[in-house]
Amino acid sequence: MASLKDLRNRIASVKATRKITKAMQMVAAAKLRRAQEAAVAARPYSERMQAVIGNLASAMSGKAGAPTLLAGTGFDQTHLLIVATAERGLCGGFNSSIAKLAREHADRLIAQGKTVKIFTVGKKGNDALKRVYGKYIVEHVDFRSVKQMSFAEAQAVAHKVLGMFHNGGFDVATLFFSEFKSVISQKPTAQRLIPADVSGAKPADLGGAVYEAEPEEGEILADLLPRNIAVQIFRGLLENAASEQGARMSAMDNATRNAGDMINKLSIKYNRQRQAQITKELIEIISGAEAL
Amino acid sequence: MAGLHFELVSPARLLFSGSVASVTLPGTEGEMGIYPGHSPILTTLRPGVVTVTRDGGAAERIFVKGGMAEVNPQGLTLLAEVAIPVAEVTADVMAHQIASAEEDLAAAKPGEAQRKAMEVLNQLKALQPAL
Repeated sequence: MASLKDLRNRIASVKATRKITKAMQMVAAAKLRRAQEAAVAARPYSERMQAVIGNLASAMSGKAGAPTLLAGTGFDQTHLLIVATAERGLCGGFNSSIAKLAREHADRLIAQGKTVKIFTVGKKGNDALKRVYGKYIVEHVDFRSVKQMSFAEAQAVAHKVLGMFHNGGFDVATLFFSEFKSVISQKPTAQRLIPADVSGAKPADLGGAVYEAEPEEGEILADLLPRNIAVQIFRGLLENAASEQGARMSAMDNATRNAGDMINKLSIKYNRQRQAQITKELIEIISGAEAL
Repeated sequence: MAGLHFELVSPARLLFSGSVASVTLPGTEGEMGIYPGHSPILTTLRPGVVTVTRDGGAAERIFVKGGMAEVNPQGLTLLAEVAIPVAEVTADVMAHQIASAEEDLAAAKPGEAQRKAMEVLNQLKALQPAL
C-alpha cells in the first residue's frame, strides 16, 4: 500500500504533467489557426493550376508527344512513395496513420512484384518506416529548422523528385499526407503526382471557343508540369501542418482530461487513507485510555 | 462595358481578385494587353512587370518572376510564384532574385534546362536597371 507521502508526490507529478499538456494544447490551438489559414490561402493556386492543366491535358489527349510527366513513362514498374509527416511526436495517431497508409500501399506493390522506393519528408515518418522498410528509403529531408512552411521548401523537395524522375529513378510517384478535414478529423491521403492526376479537373466552359496557346500547348505543359509537382507538394505540406496541429490539439486535450481524472482518483484515495489513519490513531488513543 | 475579372494568385495566397479595366502582361512571346472580352488564351510569362489598370484609370505595376496566365470567359487568372508590387522592389530584392537565378543556372543540366535558366537570368538582369 502506498504511503501518504507517495500519494502526495504522485498527485504533484500528475498535476505538473497536466500543466504541460494544457500548455501544449494551447500552443497547438494558436499554431493551428495560422496553419489552417495558410492551408486555405494556398488552395486557389493549386486549384487553378489543376484546372489549367486539366484544360491543356484534354486538348493534348490523343496527340502523340505528351510530356512524360503527364502521360507517364509507359511503365508501371518502379514506384516512388513520398511520405510527408511531422517533425515532432505527441500528436496522437497523426504520424502513425500516414505511415500505416504508406506501409499498406508499399506492401500491396511489393506483393505485385513492383519495385518500391520511399522518400520520407519529416523525421517521424522516417523513424516509423526505417525499421521495416529501411532498405527501400532512398531519400530523406526534414524541416526541423523551418518554422513556417514556404514554397521554397516544397520546391526543394520537388527538385529532388524531378531529378530522380529524369534519371529514370521511378515510373510512378505518389504523395502521402494527411488532409485537414477539421480539428478532430484528419484523413491520411494518397495522391498520385506522376503521371499527373487530372481526373478531378473540369475543363472551363469556353462557350465553344478554343484556347489559343502561346507558345504551343506542349511547351506550356512542359513548363507547367514540373511547377505543378512543387505546388501539389506544397499543398500537401500545408495540409499536413494544419492536420498535425489539429491532431496534437485533440491529443493534448485528451491527455489534460485524463490527467484531471487521475488527480481526482488519487485525491480520493489520499483522503480516504488519511481518514483511515486518523481513525486508527483515535482508536489507539481511546482504547489506551479505556485500558487504564 | 463590364470590367475584366482579374485574379493574381501566388502559391501562398490569393493576392488580388477583382474587376479591372485592363492588364498588360509580359508574355514569353511578347507583351500583351488583355481587355474585357479577350478570346481564351494560355501563355507562359517571362520575368517582367505586369501593369494593372484599375477601372478609374489608376495603374499598378507588379513585378513577377515568370508564371503563367489564362484568359477564359470568366476572366484572367495569373499564376505567379513571385509577385511583388514594383514600389516594394528594392535593389536587395532584385539582387536576391538574380542570385537565386544564378543558383538555378549552376544547378541546371546542360541543354534545354540550362538554356532556360540562362534566359531567365538574362531577363532579370535586363530588368534590374529599369526598376
